[in-house]
Amino acid sequence: MSSAAASGDAAARPPLLELSDVVKRYGPVTALAHGSLRCEAGSIHAVMGENGAGKSTLIKIVSGVVAPTEGEMRLDGAPVRFRSPLDAQKRGIVCVFQELSLLPDLSVADNIGITAPPRRFGLIDRRAQVRQAERWLAEIGCDGIDPRERVRDLPLSRRQMVEIAKALRHRPRLLILDEATSALTADDVERVVVLLHRLRAEGMAILYISHRMHEIRKLADTCSVYANGRHVETFAHGTRSEAEIVRMMIGRELSQMFPPRPPRPIEAAAPVLEARALTWEDRLRGVSLSVAPGEIVGLGGLDGQGQREFLLALFGCLSGLGGEIRVDGTPASFRGPSEAMAEPARLALIPEDRKTEGLMQPMTVAENLSAATLRSWCRGPFLNNVHERRAVEEIVRRMQIKAVLDLPVSTLSGGNQQKVAIGKWLLAAPRVLLLCDPTRGIDVGTKQEIYRLLRELAAGGTAVLLHTTDYDELIGLCDRVAIFYAGRINRLLEGDAITEEAIIAAALDIGAERERAA
Amino acid sequence: MNRAGLRLVLRHNALPLLAGVIFAAMFGLYLALQPNGIRTDVLVTASNKGVLLALIAAAQTLPVLTGGIDLSAGAIVVLCNCLASILVNGSGLQIALGVVGVLGGGLAAGVFNALAVVVGRLQPIIATLATSTMFYGVSLLLRPSPGGDVDDDFASRLTGAWYGIPVSLILLGAVLLLVWMPFRRSLTGRGIYAVGSAEASAYMSGVKVAPAKFAAYVGAGLLSGLAGLLLTLIAESAQASAIQAGDLTLNSIAAVVIGGTSLFGGVGGIVGSVLGAFILRTIGDLLFVLKASPLWQPLFQGLILLLAVSLGALPMLRIRNRLETYR
Repeated sequence: MSSAAASGDAAARPPLLELSDVVKRYGPVTALAHGSLRCEAGSIHAVMGENGAGKSTLIKIVSGVVAPTEGEMRLDGAPVRFRSPLDAQKRGIVCVFQELSLLPDLSVADNIGITAPPRRFGLIDRRAQVRQAERWLAEIGCDGIDPRERVRDLPLSRRQMVEIAKALRHRPRLLILDEATSALTADDVERVVVLLHRLRAEGMAILYISHRMHEIRKLADTCSVYANGRHVETFAHGTRSEAEIVRMMIGRELSQMFPPRPPRPIEAAAPVLEARALTWEDRLRGVSLSVAPGEIVGLGGLDGQGQREFLLALFGCLSGLGGEIRVDGTPASFRGPSEAMAEPARLALIPEDRKTEGLMQPMTVAENLSAATLRSWCRGPFLNNVHERRAVEEIVRRMQIKAVLDLPVSTLSGGNQQKVAIGKWLLAAPRVLLLCDPTRGIDVGTKQEIYRLLRELAAGGTAVLLHTTDYDELIGLCDRVAIFYAGRINRLLEGDAITEEAIIAAALDIGAERERAA
Repeated sequence: MNRAGLRLVLRHNALPLLAGVIFAAMFGLYLALQPNGIRTDVLVTASNKGVLLALIAAAQTLPVLTGGIDLSAGAIVVLCNCLASILVNGSGLQIALGVVGVLGGGLAAGVFNALAVVVGRLQPIIATLATSTMFYGVSLLLRPSPGGDVDDDFASRLTGAWYGIPVSLILLGAVLLLVWMPFRRSLTGRGIYAVGSAEASAYMSGVKVAPAKFAAYVGAGLLSGLAGLLLTLIAESAQASAIQAGDLTLNSIAAVVIGGTSLFGGVGGIVGSVLGAFILRTIGDLLFVLKASPLWQPLFQGLILLLAVSLGALPMLRIRNRLETYR
């Protein structure tokens, strides 16, 4: 659009902000292996990449939340280091964060004026602050928001607009929007697009992180693609096709780490668990999916598109659920996990956060393993330790958990902890196993063991529903894959149709857009 | 103010307003049933007892607003009680210096807590539990056996009445108007609310987190010191009592909760806590004029506290993801 205007005299002046070969490590984990970026005044720069590509780390470095381990950052050509977000803010770099940085118990006006409110005699002038907030809200086209309202009482999309107003109040030179439109309504997105065009014309540099291709198409002058913590390529918008961009975002080899997939039976087995048009609040908008014994069904898509809520809904954790859940073809309703765990469904959920939801860290390995099935080890009101012990030892052998049974589970490595979290449920011999990102933060060897175990379970007649953010697992392990987008299943892939291209396209809603455009 | 504004103010201050209505009803009933009619000495006695707890509750409110707690508030009161029984005596100048010394003692105790919590990054509940025992230890060293003396004239003037208005009430009003109101509208005061509301977000927004927390604990120490001074003037003696310290701390937390301040931080204020303290103190007086046995008092105090907590827990009923109940 105005990429020509942006590159006009850029050669003469140093860029507003430049990062070269920036690295960020957290202990042994490298979050960003190679970060490079150039932000020019009066230009919108889009950063793209899948989950875990290093975008968030890049943003955190630029906005002063974390300091880079290596590499140099230059502001107007001079090297800088930001000590805190406040430090970055003072130098004109302000970020609108994806996870909102608003203070829920304070009013909208308080939030917008948080660090530098208008003051009289040294004290905050609340009336002037309300007027100021009104002005900034009007600036972004949100005069409907009462500045005296508490942020907690606003819906998410309004909060996101307040967050943008709050960032603008600092009159930044570089404005960063990190997925700042993810919860906005279509009207608000349109307002933001108009606003960003105006700010660009006024000479602001804008860094725009988004998964939504159609917004990038409307806004970006320059695009940078990140994959696996590395900067892949930077190019002027419009010089690469969307297919090329998707290929850049993949940029890695598929390893030979998955067990062979059995051939699909010609006649599919009857589903053991079936969801019909599930709805919940604004997170699930009519999800229908079934899973049969012997099948591994993957749930994919970007973070937070409803996959997690879908599993929680099946397991009876959500109240006010719409739609229907059927077990063996008969409608069922679970009022809580204990009902979902009972006959006839015998569901088991391996939760996302093994630290808080999956395991009781201070308790021993043995106690954790038997925790989900305590009733079956009881004789009268007392636990039968001999019985319990035998079952626990059996599962430890089967899963090759490297652990001393009577030590706290917190002493184990992440991989072994996850095995305990899974083993605990295998003792209950579930008919349906729900897993929420079971291999996050786990070493490759343990990953392979978990893949083999899941395949064995499926071969033994268990139905497996696996939510994962790792596309390799969807491709290598799953018989069918449901890609979530905005609380719906955007696409259901099967067999050879499960390719990285198809998954990314569906996750970013690209194919659908193209069809709509055609 | 327009109607929308009024509606918002009412909604945001629902719990303190409710506490105010309950207190007004209780105190009104007490005065109506008072056999000797409304007399200044009745008001003065009620005010002195109420203001003492109100000051400690005010002190407690500050750390609670940041999402912390000060379990040493009662011990600081006792410490300053012992200090005052030694220092507040002699000539006018000596008394004035003594008062400064007592308040300085409270301030120093607050600084010690702040260092432990902010610089030492200890959990407030355990840090202040430990310092509470230390402060009690210092009190014991200052005053191994009960006793001490304060200037009679000074004591009776500050615990008496001025043109029919209890002086302690004037003191409390001054603290609210001249200290709390301006503080609430300062950047540090807002920082306290911001930190209690969402500490990470506050940091991301550029709020100075450490100074805000520091101010909360120091302010708590200072207000507890003032309460200790008042206690000495009322009792005209001092005693290093761990039981009294614990009792005052627990009552201050109860008053804070009844006044509508959230123990999670970010919501509430000192005005509500003062009303909460008055409610707690009126229960005993009310039982007295109703000719009920004072043995009933703890039962009613507990009941009112439970009701107040239940009101605060009402939003839990709206939670629709059952896992969030445990967060």
